[in-house]
Amino acid sequence: MFPEYDVIVVGAGHAGCEAAHAAAKMGAKVLLCTMNMNTIAQMSCNPAMGGVAKGQIVREIDALGGLSGIISDKSMIQFRMLNRSKGPAMWSPRSQNDRMRFAEEWRLALEQTPNVDFWQEMVNGIVVKDNRVVGVKTGIGLEIQGKSVVLTNGTFLNGIIHIGEKQFGGGRTGESAAKGITEQLVSLGFEAGRMKTGTPPRVDGRSLDYTKMEIQEGDEVPEKFSYSDETRPLTEQRNCWITYTNKEVHETLETGFDRSPMFNGRIQGLGPRYCPSIEDKINRFAERERHQIFVEPEGWNTVEIYVNGFSTSLPEDVQYKAMRKIPGFENAKMFRPGYAIEYDFFPPTQLKLTLETHLVENLYFAGQINGTTGYEEAASQGLIAGINAALKVKEEDPFILKRSDAYIGVLIDDLINKGTEEPYRMFTSRAEFRLLLRQDNADLRLTQLGHKIGLADDTRLEKMLDKKSNTAKLINDLKQKRLSPDIINEGLDEFETATVKEKISVEKLLKRPQLGLKEIMALDEELKAYLSKYSKEVLEQAEVQIKYKSYIEKEQQMVEKLNSMENFQIPVHFDYLAIPALSSEGKQKLHKIRPETLGQASRISGVSPADLSILTVYLGR
Amino acid sequence: MNFTLHEKEDTIIALATPQGVGAIAVVRISGKDAIKITNEVFKGKDLEKQPTHTIHFGTIRDGERIIDEVLVSLFIAPKSFTKENVVEISTHGSSYIVNQVIKLLIKHGARPAKPGEFTQRAFLNGQFDLAQAEAVADLIHSDSEASHQAAMNQMRGGFSGEISKLRAELIHFASMIELELDFTEEDVEFASRDDLRILVEQLLRVIEQLIGSFDLGNVIKNGVPTVIAGKPNAGKSTLLNALLNEEKAIVSDIAGTTRDFIEDEINIGGVIFRFIDTAGLRETTDTIEAIGVSRTQEKMKTASLILYLFDLTDTDMVEINRDINKLENLGVPFIKVGNKIDKANPHFINELKEKYPDTIFISAGQKENLELLRNRILEMVNLDKFRTGNTIVTNIRHYDSLVKTRQSLLDVLTGLDNHITNDFLAMDIRRSLHYLGEITGEITTDDLLANIFSKFCIGK
Repeated sequence: MFPEYDVIVVGAGHAGCEAAHAAAKMGAKVLLCTMNMNTIAQMSCNPAMGGVAKGQIVREIDALGGLSGIISDKSMIQFRMLNRSKGPAMWSPRSQNDRMRFAEEWRLALEQTPNVDFWQEMVNGIVVKDNRVVGVKTGIGLEIQGKSVVLTNGTFLNGIIHIGEKQFGGGRTGESAAKGITEQLVSLGFEAGRMKTGTPPRVDGRSLDYTKMEIQEGDEVPEKFSYSDETRPLTEQRNCWITYTNKEVHETLETGFDRSPMFNGRIQGLGPRYCPSIEDKINRFAERERHQIFVEPEGWNTVEIYVNGFSTSLPEDVQYKAMRKIPGFENAKMFRPGYAIEYDFFPPTQLKLTLETHLVENLYFAGQINGTTGYEEAASQGLIAGINAALKVKEEDPFILKRSDAYIGVLIDDLINKGTEEPYRMFTSRAEFRLLLRQDNADLRLTQLGHKIGLADDTRLEKMLDKKSNTAKLINDLKQKRLSPDIINEGLDEFETATVKEKISVEKLLKRPQLGLKEIMALDEELKAYLSKYSKEVLEQAEVQIKYKSYIEKEQQMVEKLNSMENFQIPVHFDYLAIPALSSEGKQKLHKIRPETLGQASRISGVSPADLSILTVYLGR
Repeated sequence: MNFTLHEKEDTIIALATPQGVGAIAVVRISGKDAIKITNEVFKGKDLEKQPTHTIHFGTIRDGERIIDEVLVSLFIAPKSFTKENVVEISTHGSSYIVNQVIKLLIKHGARPAKPGEFTQRAFLNGQFDLAQAEAVADLIHSDSEASHQAAMNQMRGGFSGEISKLRAELIHFASMIELELDFTEEDVEFASRDDLRILVEQLLRVIEQLIGSFDLGNVIKNGVPTVIAGKPNAGKSTLLNALLNEEKAIVSDIAGTTRDFIEDEINIGGVIFRFIDTAGLRETTDTIEAIGVSRTQEKMKTASLILYLFDLTDTDMVEINRDINKLENLGVPFIKVGNKIDKANPHFINELKEKYPDTIFISAGQKENLELLRNRILEMVNLDKFRTGNTIVTNIRHYDSLVKTRQSLLDVLTGLDNHITNDFLAMDIRRSLHYLGEITGEITTDDLLANIFSKFCIGK
């Protein structure tokens, strides 16, 4: 009934979809298994993509040739560039999306991708021969052969949903949990753990009073995620709103604390500290009288509203009563209550940098199964797992992004070296080279790499190369172009920056904190006319590269300094246990994680500086 | 220096005390078989059955031939300097005996240690972090109480401790900023920029202090440069010799005998003073001496302490006033020392005591009141910081990293002044953290390690 596949992807969420698409695009024969073809690419939590650090990841996925950027663009209903007031490394694209359109666009895109087959059924086991995966087993007893398997089970592995004192098995509300895989993997020697996440209630937008809330509009000039010309920025947008909880809301919530699975110990899994439930917030920050609530529409036409900031697993009656005390929610009708979900994950220290497991060859893990949270984190892992599964089948070199290449590199390096105690979410502060990993240059950083492995197409590469050469040309122009005092001094005065006595280059002016390219163009009509031949992206890129040159250079020097350790390879079969000098914790961790370079070893928690020095000496330096 | 696994299994041996004849000599052996090998040549108790940290009397024998009566100290792994089994054999201090003992032990399976190998083993076995390991090297090189204590302090983790404290504060600072960056859209509160500025300024003060201590640290390690200045034949060389207790400079009664600089280190109260004996202060027509005099002036400017020495029998008040005036203009701390008190006019002494009550009256030739002078010299060197056990930076690499940290922190302040955004501030803070990490070895680079191990050539 089935041919032998190159790559079998289990699960069709953000990770699974990217994995299936990437592997197929690279020529692998792919089977995508999902329990329900109507729930492909669900936005199980909030209907939004991107945000601080996450927006950068979406752009990186796009630059490599993944689809998350394009799908987000096609389904977005609002766009905002967060952190505009901060430096360019902090600018973070974020979109509000139409949940149903998002899922539909993914399904259509996958259907149009040659080499992707679908199979709707629960996978309840993998087939392993001589420590190598050779296929999957399904609920009705089928065995499907595959050279490699990517597991992206999300919250479905032994998922338990909690609402107050009620609890029931499930991967999402209304969808059943997946059984069997955890048990099998544990019997194969894998270590498993338990995590927890939650989601807020959904309500009927027609029952809300928006006049009592603050409006939050999209950007005046919206941008988009994808570098390609396949999508266009929005011309029309939907609004979001902000409202706040109050004392009364908190008091009402507290009446349900004795029935909260969070507080009575029924939930064992670890939840994220930075995305806490509302009961957690009022419990931990008792001194705060209010918390922000973002009121987000779920789509262009639907009346469904996502109550962001009100994640809860309190009993539904308590949720309902408390919610109705929020300004604007007095008459709110609930579509469904919030809930908490517990699920199995596998500590990601059991993985290689390719996301292949150490224990079973050709078996890859991506997404929440690795202890992460977030669509973007999941999608990027799916992409890397899919790419590497396809490369492995083709017997080609693995594809690994360094920490200085991409947030995706930081994410995976952190996961496999440090593991995670709580659901892992990306922050810009996790990246030591934040200034290099900007949303404006993901294409310059990654498209060539994506093209080399056959994922990013020629059009993308050409577009990136154009941008690169035009930017270089423009930077040179701005060095040469000198503006004379009689034309610009009046304007300089208005921008509250020093006037000049002699002609000054645009480059020099740009370095002043008060001036951007936009302001300088306003100083000189002729310059403005001249620069109009450059695209917005090129202008922005040149501006960033000139204005922040010294900082970017400082950071690049640090990269080079650290790369000497990154390039210091450790032999694959290096016997750490034979080195008595290593600390016992360091020895165990190194033995388990098997770092590929000294740089990687340096980031393993439990490996001390002394351990590193000892390794350096043993390795013959 | 590369060490293979095999080499690490070896037992190494070396003379631990300086080469040459002393009352006793100590031979040190380290490695898995240190005790076994020693036991084979030791007649006395069975060393392999003795507990750690015990001393045993016996003889070292080559067959039936007794080489020496010795004391053997046992340190069983990991309770030793190298964390391996260590034996220290105290022999009588003859090089013949020492060589015989070492040869014998080599015959029984020990291997001569490479330079620095004991320390390197200690480091490899996790005895020290990098800063501490460097302090060991300093400790071995230290030859005064002060530098010994500075090195000890650093080795006990004092230095690493202080830096760690700084790092913790900085990390806290950085995390505040990171928080603001990453949670900008969410309702999170932070410390104000004014608070951040106060924190950076605090940090800068501590770092400035550490940087400042480098000069003192350096002085402790290398000695306090001290110049004896005075007219020709005021008795400068005699004083130096008296302090040194040996005939070093050429002493004669003819004025201007000392034409060149003679340096010597004198240990006073545990502090090393590097004495520079100079030609006189007199205007001269003798060209050779003239060169000496002008170089004296240069030396005086770079000194940390000047002993202004004048001959009580040959100097009048006008001259003294003029010299003191000159010295005050120089800005280097100085001590007024009247020499030849045994031959001086008591009235003149009284007159001086009245005008300059802090003058010290000595007789270099008769070695009178030298103790008074020694005490005053010590007082003049402000070692309070050191004595209270504060951290002193003595290592040029640490100093360098601190200077870079300071620069990064100053960049943070400049950034605050220019209202740059937090992502750039954060970068300078991260750089500061990076440089502080270089000191404690939290970031190890090849250069760093190569540099450090090259320092362990300590002849053992």
